[in-house]
Amino acid sequence: MTTKQMGVFQRPANMVGAINATLAQEMDRDKDVVILGEDVGRDGGVFRVTEGLQKRFGPGRVMDTPLAELGIVGASVGMAIYGLRPVAEIQFMGFIYAAIEQIFSHASRMRSRSRGRFTCPLVIRTPYGIGIKAPELHSESAEALFCHMPGIKVVVPSSPYNAKGLLASAIRDDDPVIFLEPSRLYRAIKSDVPDEEYLLPLGKGEVYQEGKDLTIVAWGAMLHKAAEAADGFDAEIIDLQTLKPFDEELILSSVKKTGRLVVAHEATTLCGLGAEIAAFVSEAAFGYMKAPVMRVAGYEAVTPMARLEDDFNPGIERIKRAYELVMEY
Amino acid sequence: MTSVATIDTDLSTETLIALLTSMLRIRMFEERIVALYPEQEMKCPVHLCIGQEAIASGVCANLEVKDYVFSNHRGHGHAIAKGADFRPLMAEFYGKKTGCSAGKGGSMHIIDLPRGVFGTSAIVGGGIPMGVGAALASSLKRDGRVTIIFFGDGASEEGVFYESFNFAALKKLPVVFVCENNLYATNSPQTARHSTCRIADSAAVFGSHGACIDGNDAVSVYWSAKKAVEKARAGQGPSLIEALTYRWKGHVGPEADHEKGLRPKDELFEWIKRCPIEGFKKQLLDTGLLNEERIADITTSIKVEIDDAIEFAKMSQYPSPEDLLKNVYFTPDGGI
Ligand SMILES: Cc1ncc(C[n+]2csc(CCOP(=O)(O)OP(=O)(O)O)c2C)c(N)n1
Ligand SMILES: [Mg+2]
Repeated sequence: MTTKQMGVFQRPANMVGAINATLAQEMDRDKDVVILGEDVGRDGGVFRVTEGLQKRFGPGRVMDTPLAELGIVGASVGMAIYGLRPVAEIQFMGFIYAAIEQIFSHASRMRSRSRGRFTCPLVIRTPYGIGIKAPELHSESAEALFCHMPGIKVVVPSSPYNAKGLLASAIRDDDPVIFLEPSRLYRAIKSDVPDEEYLLPLGKGEVYQEGKDLTIVAWGAMLHKAAEAADGFDAEIIDLQTLKPFDEELILSSVKKTGRLVVAHEATTLCGLGAEIAAFVSEAAFGYMKAPVMRVAGYEAVTPMARLEDDFNPGIERIKRAYELVMEY
Repeated sequence: MTSVATIDTDLSTETLIALLTSMLRIRMFEERIVALYPEQEMKCPVHLCIGQEAIASGVCANLEVKDYVFSNHRGHGHAIAKGADFRPLMAEFYGKKTGCSAGKGGSMHIIDLPRGVFGTSAIVGGGIPMGVGAALASSLKRDGRVTIIFFGDGASEEGVFYESFNFAALKKLPVVFVCENNLYATNSPQTARHSTCRIADSAAVFGSHGACIDGNDAVSVYWSAKKAVEKARAGQGPSLIEALTYRWKGHVGPEADHEKGLRPKDELFEWIKRCPIEGFKKQLLDTGLLNEERIADITTSIKVEIDDAIEFAKMSQYPSPEDLLKNVYFTPDGGI
């Protein structure tokens, strides 16, 4: 039973508010949780996610940094192996590329390098994805890059409610977590978010909608589009929530029932996470499948400016077409 | 610091007028963006450099067409001072196919290859090593080119700045690093980000020339850049010019920061008194080097040029969805 069902005090919040409240909750709970990043303190961050936290917890725990992503992430790794729980913010996912060296070469390997004596309890939060009419490098969906690297966990919330439960788990997790916040959802939807603390486990997806004919796997902002496109289908929709490690069991139990799977994501089709999920299902549930697994995903192109955004990103029509193809097979 | 430019009698009237014209081209171009932005047809974020024009103009007045400029997210002024054509710039801001980045990039993706403007991107500091690479190529090819790298005080915090400067100094490359220190990176003041506010001093560590100058004085920018460009061309390695200035508009968009309570109003008004254009123009008038009529001629012709660019931009086509897939890799049609 989730806290949601237990009926503790709830209030409607958007994702910005939910994340802000979670950061405050975790800082209250554990004095080793610190926040750092460009403009996160005095200013409250590009998307206002850390607003008010420096006032409340002081500049020693909510730190404005120089404009240097590699330095921010590298310092976070150092703090994490010291034993703190840093939550670093990168202003847009496109700017995390500057910090990849510390993530891939160090954060991901600390545990194995130290025979388990060091862990790296680090969270890197960054807005990601297309849909806010921002230009190239402000709309990246590069989740698969991070999924590919052993030692890194990747989490994507799809609602204010799960943002809170997942972020709290990510902060308490002893491994490095890339926490990708769909910028399109920041203020677009509200859900009831309990005041009480609650944890949603990493590595677990959630059935967003039950159905019999077709399984749809999606995450983040795409979940909502995939659900909208599913109107008229008896579809079971899985919100993956954690992309790495992803919930194999949940996907399997669903496709064994439906025999059909469509994975929808914003990121480029080629080598996207959809490819991995499709391969997994064909290895683990081939005999159950009534149709090939379909992916409906981004083109191999640079994310364009506002006017082409809706052409780049799989729209309702394209997603629906994928469902139809699988159903008609 | 002096509040206005001092007219330098060693400079030819021609150069002085060219400096003023260049600054006016930038200012008027950007003011037009401010005026048109509310129409909401320009669906791209714009980082304006109003107030900072003297740096781009003073530096680029020392360049030849063949020289290269690498710039950043706040790059309109650099491109214009290097002689970029208004049409493809404006079309890019309108997201049109005729734009310099085919309408797919926006105002942070300025490029004008014939004028040596080698492209800009959103990544702060991203242009710095590329500029060093171009200078390295120039030195290998002995082509006599100089490369200018424009970047902000914020970019000087990225490690790649130091890596690149060391590389350039080591190889004595024909490159000039121009740091436009407008005292802020987005809403953070320099004092909150730098242990010392002496960016120009970094050059000394690498045995190179560094100078901190008044970036609102086109003439002192001109002389400082002249020295650095000559050194670079003569094979004497890189220089670092830190030009102090102030951005009048918000980090992004046409509004002023005090309207949103992000920076003090008084600070802006102090800097407006030190406008790089007004004081300079006044002195040119006072010394009789220019008259009102001549200035009117200059502004009229700039206005005509801007009108033309806007008409061109508005009439141009938007890119089609198929255009998305173009120029990701080589295509036999040569791209668009
Ligand atoms: C690598 C990277 N980090 C962060 C940003 C977000 N950002 C864009 S401009 C900017 C401030 C840049 O300051 P400065 O270099 O001083 O240039 P200015 O905007 O003042 O001209 C920041 C933080 C970015 N675009 N790229
Ligand atoms: Mg700056």
